[in-house]
Amino acid sequence: MTSRETILQRVRAGLGRSAGQTVPDPPAVRIQVAEVDKETKIASLLARVEALAGRAVRAATPAEACEIVREVLGKRSAVASNAPYLEECGVTGLPGVRCGITDREELRKACAAADVGITSADYALADTGTLVMLSSPHEARLISLLPPTHVAVIPASRILSGLDELFTILPEPAAVTSSMVLITGPSRTADIEQILVRGVHGPGEITIVVVG
Amino acid sequence: MARRVSLFVTCIVDQLFPQIGMAMAEVLERLGFAVAFPQAQTCCGQPAFNSGYRQEARQVARHFLEVFENCESIVVPSGSCTSMVVHHYAELFADEPRTRSRAVSLAARVHEFSSFLTEVAGVEDVGARFEDVVTFHDGCHALRELGIRSAPRRLLANVRGLELRELEPREECCGFGGTFSVKFGELSGAMARGKAEAIIQTGAKTVVSLDPSCLMQIQGALSRAGLSIRTLHLAEVLASR
Amino acid sequence: MSLEFDSKIHKTLADARLQQAIYTATGRFKDARLKVVAQDVLPEYQELRAQANALKKHTIDHLDHYLEQFQSQVEAHGGKVVFCQDAAAVADFVLTLAKERGARLIVKSKSMTTEEIDLNERLEHHGLEAVETDFGEYILQLARERPYHIVAPALHKTRYDVAEIFEQRLHIANETVIEKQAAIARAALREKFLAADIGISGANFLVADSGAVVIVENEGNARLATSAPRTHIAIAGIEKLIPRAQDLATFLKLLARSATGQPLSVYTSFLSGPRREGEIDGPDEFYVVLLDNGRTRLLENPARRQSLYCIRCGACLNACPVYRKIGGHSFPWVYSGPIGAILTPQFMGAAHEPGLPFASSLCGACAEVCPVKIDIPKVLLELRADAPHNRWESLAFRVFAWLMRHPRAYELAGRVAASLVSSEGVRWIRSAPGLLNFGPIRAWLAERDLPPPPAHTFRELWRRR
Ligand code: SF4
Repeated sequence: MTSRETILQRVRAGLGRSAGQTVPDPPAVRIQVAEVDKETKIASLLARVEALAGRAVRAATPAEACEIVREVLGKRSAVASNAPYLEECGVTGLPGVRCGITDREELRKACAAADVGITSADYALADTGTLVMLSSPHEARLISLLPPTHVAVIPASRILSGLDELFTILPEPAAVTSSMVLITGPSRTADIEQILVRGVHGPGEITIVVVG
Repeated sequence: MARRVSLFVTCIVDQLFPQIGMAMAEVLERLGFAVAFPQAQTCCGQPAFNSGYRQEARQVARHFLEVFENCESIVVPSGSCTSMVVHHYAELFADEPRTRSRAVSLAARVHEFSSFLTEVAGVEDVGARFEDVVTFHDGCHALRELGIRSAPRRLLANVRGLELRELEPREECCGFGGTFSVKFGELSGAMARGKAEAIIQTGAKTVVSLDPSCLMQIQGALSRAGLSIRTLHLAEVLASR
Repeated sequence: MSLEFDSKIHKTLADARLQQAIYTATGRFKDARLKVVAQDVLPEYQELRAQANALKKHTIDHLDHYLEQFQSQVEAHGGKVVFCQDAAAVADFVLTLAKERGARLIVKSKSMTTEEIDLNERLEHHGLEAVETDFGEYILQLARERPYHIVAPALHKTRYDVAEIFEQRLHIANETVIEKQAAIARAALREKFLAADIGISGANFLVADSGAVVIVENEGNARLATSAPRTHIAIAGIEKLIPRAQDLATFLKLLARSATGQPLSVYTSFLSGPRREGEIDGPDEFYVVLLDNGRTRLLENPARRQSLYCIRCGACLNACPVYRKIGGHSFPWVYSGPIGAILTPQFMGAAHEPGLPFASSLCGACAEVCPVKIDIPKVLLELRADAPHNRWESLAFRVFAWLMRHPRAYELAGRVAASLVSSEGVRWIRSAPGLLNFGPIRAWLAERDLPPPPAHTFRELWRRR
């Protein structure tokens, strides 16, 4: 018998079940999407991100967002993702910003060397100050992970009220991506004496620019 | 005719703290209850149950059932012993449906002292006077198994002359735990000292609780530390005028 | 209780600095949790717990079904599922794969499951380098210690301890600033992440309908370990399953709140398979190792099965007055605190540490905070009932039960006992240690005073009224 069969058989023996025995429906999913208006969601997102020691700013237009990113970058080098929205805002054209990388090795090297990673995000969660990033040809994983600073630019229309709305819109994330990551504030540890240290592995600085 | 209540004083009160049982009887009589004490009572069986001796616990529980089966209301000066009867008897007799249903029907009539006063008798002011600064220790079983939080506090709030100062942390175990207190004596003692420190912080002169065993543990630590803070059961406070 | 258990408890109780460290750290976790589950902050908290419990119960009760569903979903997304019965099987699998891929360096993110099977030691034994990348775990690996707490592994270490470890193991002298220590770890580990061939992670949840592994963390090391290397292996106990991705709306609201008091941890990764067509980065290979290692044995007893609902949030440790005194390393196995007290005897057998299920005052603080509502005291009581009983104690309880059924004999015995604990009796016991074994009374008196026995029992007073 393979390990698989042995384990499954032991499980069934322990539970008193037989192979292929039917399974009742699991308890109904508990999802309650709060009705929250756009302005409240934006305000909540900005406040939550700030409370997490991130930076959150609102831009009226894509052009304004681009100016904010320029300011955040200063003289630092950056890698930008291939998200069309970044190009729309003009962020990819800023000096010092590399973009359009499609090769894994190249991306890895660029991210390891860059000061700033610039991405958009598929969604943001207002009640926790979270960015939701789905891995795709537009968004690579390492851009929001390797550089010490992460800047995300998102249109206000992508802000959801919270986890419940996310899993309503995206009931099966695996159907669209191999990796969904929820980012809530800068990387942190409090492993020694519970003293908070930011940026231990992931970015220690995060700036979210909400457009609209 | 006065309503009848029966006392289950618990073995620890019978043997070590009779004054608690007397005070409880006095308060109940003052409120107009006819108080009975079934003489054949002994223990609820918790010491055996908590130590893993289910067979022995069942024997004692069966005796308890026989003694109290015909009583209308049973009042107990201990959250822990109440919880034993109310929560664990049914589990003990899981394989004996008849005894189990007897236990379940009895459980509905067994009440911890403070919640009997507030929930069954509907009394919050027993007319007591007690001039002192006191703090209140929540016994873990009263608190978490019976959900008793406010009853003793409401009763204490109506005692003339009494000032209640809450412990910080408020809901921490005193470290008694039955045989735990002797099997892990050093650990249990360390927990009791932690409790004693919290008590000192309140500046109270008296510690009040619903459970004689917690009081014994706390008193033991206070006295060993040479402190003169006294421990009293709620019934003793409510009996004083 | 074994001497070893006893002496570890004694050592921890006697270490004032450690006592302070444990008490402060767990106290902060406790307060942080309380703030975020308060009625006005999270009114649905109790409903979420009930839902989490119902979901776990349903999943565990039909675990065979969810294991099969999980496997077919992982495979549908191009991953592989490997069933392993024990520690050796996991090590074998990893070693074989490493050999096939020519891999020498493995980066690991924090996982209690791999601690449980001593995976690092097994891999190192075969010449592989397996590096822990969580900051606390990294320090513990350098110090060659086990995690002290399931959420905060290095809870017992101060900056000075870390400085010493860095000096001994990394030859970096005198670095006592925590930020700088973290920066040192970051730099050292960054190289490892970029050079590693394989990343090994644990899993907080396995999602059956998605074939996904969910990992929750604050540092980003788990993201790195699962994104940078070409091969990702997730190692998880078979009990980690939940039915649907949508159930995360329940579990994620509870996990970080219960663990650290955060509404969400910094990173929640939902990983389903290797990178897909067009995705720029991510692993080429995705394996999920499903570990039994004794878990199927726990399924046999319906009352104890709930031990497998645990989501390893650590809240019960922080709430436990015993853990807060004796710390993590007094416990005989990798899992400490209340959850360790119920898992260890069931995984390792009662004889592993017979005293463990008894090392509890049964205060119930653990059950009160458990986000999946495991009735830990109930399981402890069950384990006590099954524990091998000491001969003298058995006799004592037989006598006890007999006395309690014979009120007259009980009354007489009470009076005899009272004379023993009378002030003369107590003085005699205390002055004659070792002569006679008055175990319980002596143990009591070592720490506390006994009230002098009253002149009359209650029943005597009552009869006189
Ligand atoms: S038993 Fe409950 S409280 Fe303890 S770690 Fe597991 S889930 Fe958390």
